[in-house]
Amino acid sequence: MTSVTPNPALAPAALPGYSRPQKVTQGRVLRSEWTKLRTQPSALWALLSAVILVVAFGILYSFLREARPPHGAAAVASFDAAGISLSGVQLAQIAVGVLGVLLITSEYATGLIRTTLAAVPRRLPVLWGKAAMLTVATIAVSLPAAFAAFLAGQSILGRQHLAVHLSQPGVARAVIGCALYLAVAGLLGLGLGALLRSTAGGIAALFGLLFALQLVAGFLPGSWANDVGKYVPSTAGQAVTTAHPDPTSSLPPWTGFGVFCAYAAVLLGLAALRMRRGDA
Amino acid sequence: MRLARSPGGEIPTQGRLCAPLTRRPGSGSVVSMIEIHALTKRYGRTTAVSDLTFTVRPGVVTGFLGPNGAGKSTTMRIILGLDEPTTGSVTVNGRPPRAHTAPLREVGGMLDPRAVHPSRNAYHHLLALAQTSGIRRSRVDEVIDAAGLRSVAARPAGKFSLGMAQRLGIAAALLGDPATVVLDEPVNGLDVEGIRWIRTLLHELAAQGKTVFVSSHLMSEIAQTATHLIVIGKGRLIADTGVAEFIASAEPPAVRVRSSNQDVLAGLLRSPGVTVTPGDGGALAVSGMPAARVGELAAAAGITVLELATEQASLEDAFVDLTNDAVEFRAAARPAAGPAFEEEK
Repeated sequence: MTSVTPNPALAPAALPGYSRPQKVTQGRVLRSEWTKLRTQPSALWALLSAVILVVAFGILYSFLREARPPHGAAAVASFDAAGISLSGVQLAQIAVGVLGVLLITSEYATGLIRTTLAAVPRRLPVLWGKAAMLTVATIAVSLPAAFAAFLAGQSILGRQHLAVHLSQPGVARAVIGCALYLAVAGLLGLGLGALLRSTAGGIAALFGLLFALQLVAGFLPGSWANDVGKYVPSTAGQAVTTAHPDPTSSLPPWTGFGVFCAYAAVLLGLAALRMRRGDA
Repeated sequence: MRLARSPGGEIPTQGRLCAPLTRRPGSGSVVSMIEIHALTKRYGRTTAVSDLTFTVRPGVVTGFLGPNGAGKSTTMRIILGLDEPTTGSVTVNGRPPRAHTAPLREVGGMLDPRAVHPSRNAYHHLLALAQTSGIRRSRVDEVIDAAGLRSVAARPAGKFSLGMAQRLGIAAALLGDPATVVLDEPVNGLDVEGIRWIRTLLHELAAQGKTVFVSSHLMSEIAQTATHLIVIGKGRLIADTGVAEFIASAEPPAVRVRSSNQDVLAGLLRSPGVTVTPGDGGALAVSGMPAARVGELAAAAGITVLELATEQASLEDAFVDLTNDAVEFRAAARPAAGPAFEEEK
């Protein structure tokens, strides 16, 4: 007869008491959300792919334009060297936006949100914590990426004497603006994810907001295309990523960025309303 | 945590709390307890819980039983402040669930052991939860050791077996050393060792003066673990009683007998107040007569008794009897395979 020996790895130890104060604060929830972000491999992959897209696509497109430089004074005058080296932002916004969606919908999909909200019954600190950590992480990786893409791109375009310098008007703002734009794109995703509580729905809505609206605005007749198109989220937001935005089709840089932020604020506000009242 | 209170002492058994009772050190709230009053919860047109009133008291393990769709998980979600009551009130340790400023100290809950991010490891899962309340890393290590998760703490939680996931869920519920513990089906998926562990753990928690509220579809497990029972069906309270009283309320015990001549024996046994029905395996089920008398009658008639046993009504029988009318999707006949009380998810 064999005797059952308990698995020593599973042998539980006695659980002591714990009497330290444990009040929930926004700062503590921030730390918790930071731990979640840095220990979620999909989040790290999304941030890494955003960096790669910004840098690699910027370099690739710079090579393409260097190989086919503009001809004629008008073409040279409208040549946007900064914009070419920063064009990877168009792709990186997908990675960051999807990260924003996933940051909250992954909790709804697994049911983890119930554990989270039971621990933070006021609930909103969780949403603000995710928003803050997403913003910090996105800017922390995309700001160096934008500068790297810009510098690499300009060194490529410089071989055709097409490069611009950071000290030229609007250029440094455009580079920094890329990081800001990506951060707000992530917040749009977070707001949509928190509002819809579905990964597929959130990503679909994000694509609609960032790309479909831009397309639809382009189909509008006559001057409407520009007058309405300026206020479409991605168009408005990208004004801040452009050194010299065209006044007929874009808002002024910071105005456009403000409009873009307003979209994100409205979505996060609606998400907060939905999150705070009713069932988790 | 220790409560400066003797179990069963000055706890009001009915009505609402009039004055704060003994205060727990380091906390402004009254002694641990779950009080549910006239609770109704509707989801659209579906009424999940209807006019439910009961109190879960500290110092004992209280089992929460109910058939499929009875509203157990709904009730537990409301206790944890996740769902809002449609009408009625729920207080945990004297306050509405969402009014606690240190929630992990007040109530620790586990609803779904699979509710983890699949690629985050167990340690970081617990750490992120602990950090919301400023609970120290050393405490995370303590609950990992107590749950027997040390060897798997660095593994992604999504790769855990159901039993391991249960341990992780229970570890999370105990992080803040809560006064009230609410566990939905904690035994589900545990091996024998795990079941023994959780049974001991629940008794220890109750002995520390905590309020322990545990749902289970394993009747036998509840019989060995819980002292008190809350039984619901179709969202309504069916019983609020001690486990012993609950079993006693079931049908009287029956005698099972198998003999060399069943037909003759059945004729001998039939008398006023005694019912004889064919049981499984060719045995007779006799109620209204003690086993000894059955044996005597058989011996007097020269019938050889092959098997003779008293079948005590189990908790399952009592449960089925009580909830029979309340089971929403009951088959026409009672299923022979015993109750299949899967919790609603």
